[in-house]
Amino acid sequence: MLAGTGLSPDLVSDFKALTAYPFMVNAFEAGTIVAVMAGVIGWFMVLRRQTFAGHTLSLMAFPGASAALLLGLSAAAGFFVFSTAAALVIGAAVGRSRSNRGQESAVTGSVQAFGLACGFLFLSLYSGVLANYETLLFGSFLGITTSQVRVLALVAVVALAALAFAGRPLLFASVDEGVARARGVPATALGLGFLVLLGLAVAETAQITGALLVFALLVAPPASAQLITPRIGLSIALSALIGVLITWVGLALAYFYGDPVGFYITTLAFACYVIARVARALRDRAGGRGPVLLGTRAAEGPA
Amino acid sequence: MSSPAAQGLAPRRPAPGASAIAVEHGEARLGGGVVWSEVNLEVGQGSFAAILGPNGSGKTTLLRVLLGELALARGSASVLGRRPGEAKGQIGYLPQRRHFDAGTRIRGIDIVRLGLDGARWGLPLRPAQGGPVEEAIEMVGAGTYAKRPIGELSGGEQQRLLIAQALVSKPRVLILDEPLDSLDLPNQRAVAALLERICREQGVTILLVAHDVNPLLGYLDQVVYFGGGHAVVGPPREIITAPTLSRLYGVPVEVLETSDGRLVVVGLPEAPAHHSDRHEH
Repeated sequence: MLAGTGLSPDLVSDFKALTAYPFMVNAFEAGTIVAVMAGVIGWFMVLRRQTFAGHTLSLMAFPGASAALLLGLSAAAGFFVFSTAAALVIGAAVGRSRSNRGQESAVTGSVQAFGLACGFLFLSLYSGVLANYETLLFGSFLGITTSQVRVLALVAVVALAALAFAGRPLLFASVDEGVARARGVPATALGLGFLVLLGLAVAETAQITGALLVFALLVAPPASAQLITPRIGLSIALSALIGVLITWVGLALAYFYGDPVGFYITTLAFACYVIARVARALRDRAGGRGPVLLGTRAAEGPA
Repeated sequence: MSSPAAQGLAPRRPAPGASAIAVEHGEARLGGGVVWSEVNLEVGQGSFAAILGPNGSGKTTLLRVLLGELALARGSASVLGRRPGEAKGQIGYLPQRRHFDAGTRIRGIDIVRLGLDGARWGLPLRPAQGGPVEEAIEMVGAGTYAKRPIGELSGGEQQRLLIAQALVSKPRVLILDEPLDSLDLPNQRAVAALLERICREQGVTILLVAHDVNPLLGYLDQVVYFGGGHAVVGPPREIITAPTLSRLYGVPVEVLETSDGRLVVVGLPEAPAHHSDRHEH
């Protein structure tokens, strides 16, 4: 499609080619915003073992887009509304204690099925075809407007500010809910708030990767980062950084070779996770898991 | 049935005229049923006390009352002279053990630190090192592994770090629900000795629920023994006796002492199960 030039060994001219068109600049800006937000919020999602909830929220793209079609709104707006609503329903139904994980996954699964059924209903009411469904499902970097970038940035700033404010109590409630409650952390409200943030992150990420491939940025970078270092701050920063890097490389490859960007980002993310996993296994075998000798400092961070 | 030994408790380091924990004529109900009633107990400041009794006899229920999670149906309870729930900042609490699974890749030191500022809003401004966090880690002897991911540590190591987490905010009362559960015998003894040391050196009042009194027997000032909907309170050697426990349960109970000083209680009736007692907090 686009790719006439191809990748050359000259990185400077490659960079110039990449940024020659405003739509590519927009794609890089949007991709960066999305990768940072997904990397940070995904880090908490992985820690809280809520990937199934994240997956369900990502599928709200379908009812969101078809409802938007019916009402004549933008697909992104429909997605935001539906993923937020689904987050509230899951959060409210799970209620006070997350210790009952079985109930959480049952509620999440029910919301997922109902959401998809609603999407199907809206589509049949519209009695037309869902245009660009490939973009909806698998993402695209074409045609991202400057105003879309602004909306993405605004949502990301608000979400990250909220997370910065509530991050520590949320971390406490995520790893140690009973103790956190005893110390006065409002774990129920935080859990609900986090699902709403997750809904926003999913809806944003889907603008680049598509609804089905959001996990490329929402799971793989945080999971890799957590394997690389157990330091909280470093791990979160690394998660965002990995997301940004694979998004940039993915966009560049998609530009030069013309294949869908979602494919490149997902492949890079998967490769990144596999490398982190193998490296971790090798380091553990090399003695990281053995008893720590007296007088030596405990293993910390990447060597 | 009033407790034969509710008074006359002698903590080895008595704080002047103050009780850390007191319950008077307490009655607790769960789901409409009475878990226990007419419970009177007083734990002096700086003493080391254990709550004993069969499953479902209301041990965890007492902890919930003291933490302010459950209101007494009758009677009164106080912690450090205040109503339960008002003293939250001065209570360190360790719920019944759920261990961190191997995938939890957060450093032990960061878990400990959550005990200090985990309930605070906003970004952390200081790094995790130094000050009370290191002190607490030092106190439980976890210095060599505190910087490893907590999911990789053994049950005993995790338990020490969690005790450090409960201690880091310098609480005056430490409440632990079955801290020796799921530890192997050497670790049970080591953690019991550690808790005693904290109690004596820091003057922290310790109240814990225990399944087996033996690892703790040499250290305890006091036991609270639940059974038959009531409780008896007093020094362990006075409470864990055939006459006292037989009176508590209303059936003959035998207490045997092994040659190495361990106590074995024989013939305890299993209390009718109050299911929610053990599983919910």
